[in-house]
Amino acid sequence: MSPLAPPALSESGVVLVLFSILLIPLAIAGLALINTGLGRSRNAAHLMMSSLCVMAVAAGTYFLCGFAWQGVAGGPAHAVSIGGKPWNWLAGQPWFLRGVEMNGSPASLVVWMQILSVALAALIPMGGAAERWRLGAMCASTALLAGITYPLFAHWVWGGGWLAQLGINYQLGRGFIDAGGSGAIQAVGGLTALAMAWILGPRRGKYTIDGMPTAIPGHNAVLVLFGCLLALAGWLGLNSAGAILFTGVAPLATVLIGVNTTLAAGSAALMTAVITRVRFGRPDASLTANGWVAGLAASSAACAVVPPAAAMLIGLVAGLVVPFAIENLELHLTIDDPGGAISVHAIGGIWGLIAVGMFGRFPSPAAGESGQWVAQLVGVSTLLGFVLPLTYGLNRLLNRFLPQRVAPEGERQGLDLYELGAGAYPEFMTHTDEFLQR
Amino acid sequence: MKMAGFLLLLAGWLLVLAAVLLLRAVAPQAAFVLVGMAVEALALVLVFRAHLVPHRRHE
Repeated sequence: MSPLAPPALSESGVVLVLFSILLIPLAIAGLALINTGLGRSRNAAHLMMSSLCVMAVAAGTYFLCGFAWQGVAGGPAHAVSIGGKPWNWLAGQPWFLRGVEMNGSPASLVVWMQILSVALAALIPMGGAAERWRLGAMCASTALLAGITYPLFAHWVWGGGWLAQLGINYQLGRGFIDAGGSGAIQAVGGLTALAMAWILGPRRGKYTIDGMPTAIPGHNAVLVLFGCLLALAGWLGLNSAGAILFTGVAPLATVLIGVNTTLAAGSAALMTAVITRVRFGRPDASLTANGWVAGLAASSAACAVVPPAAAMLIGLVAGLVVPFAIENLELHLTIDDPGGAISVHAIGGIWGLIAVGMFGRFPSPAAGESGQWVAQLVGVSTLLGFVLPLTYGLNRLLNRFLPQRVAPEGERQGLDLYELGAGAYPEFMTHTDEFLQR
Repeated sequence: MKMAGFLLLLAGWLLVLAAVLLLRAVAPQAAFVLVGMAVEALALVLVFRAHLVPHRRHE
């Protein structure tokens, strides 16, 4: 687990990883559809267009400098010695992917997977900041995520950084384990969504002058639910490729990973459906979709190291927590998160990381086995205490030079017409009085 | 209050790092890590409160 060099793979292992990576764009497509379906029809084209732009900027930035700072385990890196132990904090790869042979070597597989993973992480903040985030500012913010925040944390977790070395240096189990990216992808994206929701503030008309939230339902539940199904296929690839490349499990463990991922998503969705049925009288489609994705996000970290029953439990807890988190963020903390990105990806992802410490079972004992949950907590603490202030600070700074929130007129008109000049559904006329003062 | 909250978040993380660096036995290390995370939780409360949307009451 957490090998400090990329694993040597047989030819069939390489083929399996390649196939798994090929599935990851389905997770990106799924999230894009979910974000679009949960938004209003006047912003639908803008949300899909933004997804393409964000993916392009994320991939380009990662190619430019992201991989240079993330690197691969065992590659060149900057380390400082503290207390006689090396603290590896930044990779030292050349820019523009120079030095990586694109020939199916483990490093090249990592590069390909990470280009898609960083795009997935960059799509998550769109869900939290949708319907009020300017396209240009969104692209600039994505460059910060793909160029600084993501590679830094991903190096610490997957690039042989100090979090991965907690086991070797401080006998904390096998070091911080995050096979499929509950922390490095989901929580980083979810915390960036939180930072953006804070910086942008709520949508116009979301809160009355009394401070009560108003419901602004999404415009297409079919898009949302179909996005969930696509996301499952993508997550199967993401978790399998990540577990093989970053935690060194045997390729045949893909069977366990597939079973665990599916069980976690299914149990989370069922739990959310039951909760909404009990509380509101009917199962809520958008919240159930959020539960499904939260189960996927939570499944990623532990997918290769827990038995199926534990994966089911991980999903049940994720499905239990998400609807209450969404409600509390909106009602009591006045966070306007149209896509539920903060609850689903940040809270779901962090729960997945903690679950590794609680339920993780490893084939061979390691020194300091009991310290595994401490290593997981150190990783969670790093997300909250370092990644969140960093992403907030960077985006706040960006906001000073490039205002990120769209003008009030743009919100009234809808971003499709205001920023793109054409709507997603031109044959429909929309009349609205939801921006009248209440 | 926002700035104080974010600085406190950072302080909680540094406390966790100090626990990993300075303590060897698992029990005190875990205790200090939990204390660091409690500081982070307190900081999150501060930051969330600082970002509450102000609302006006009906006169």
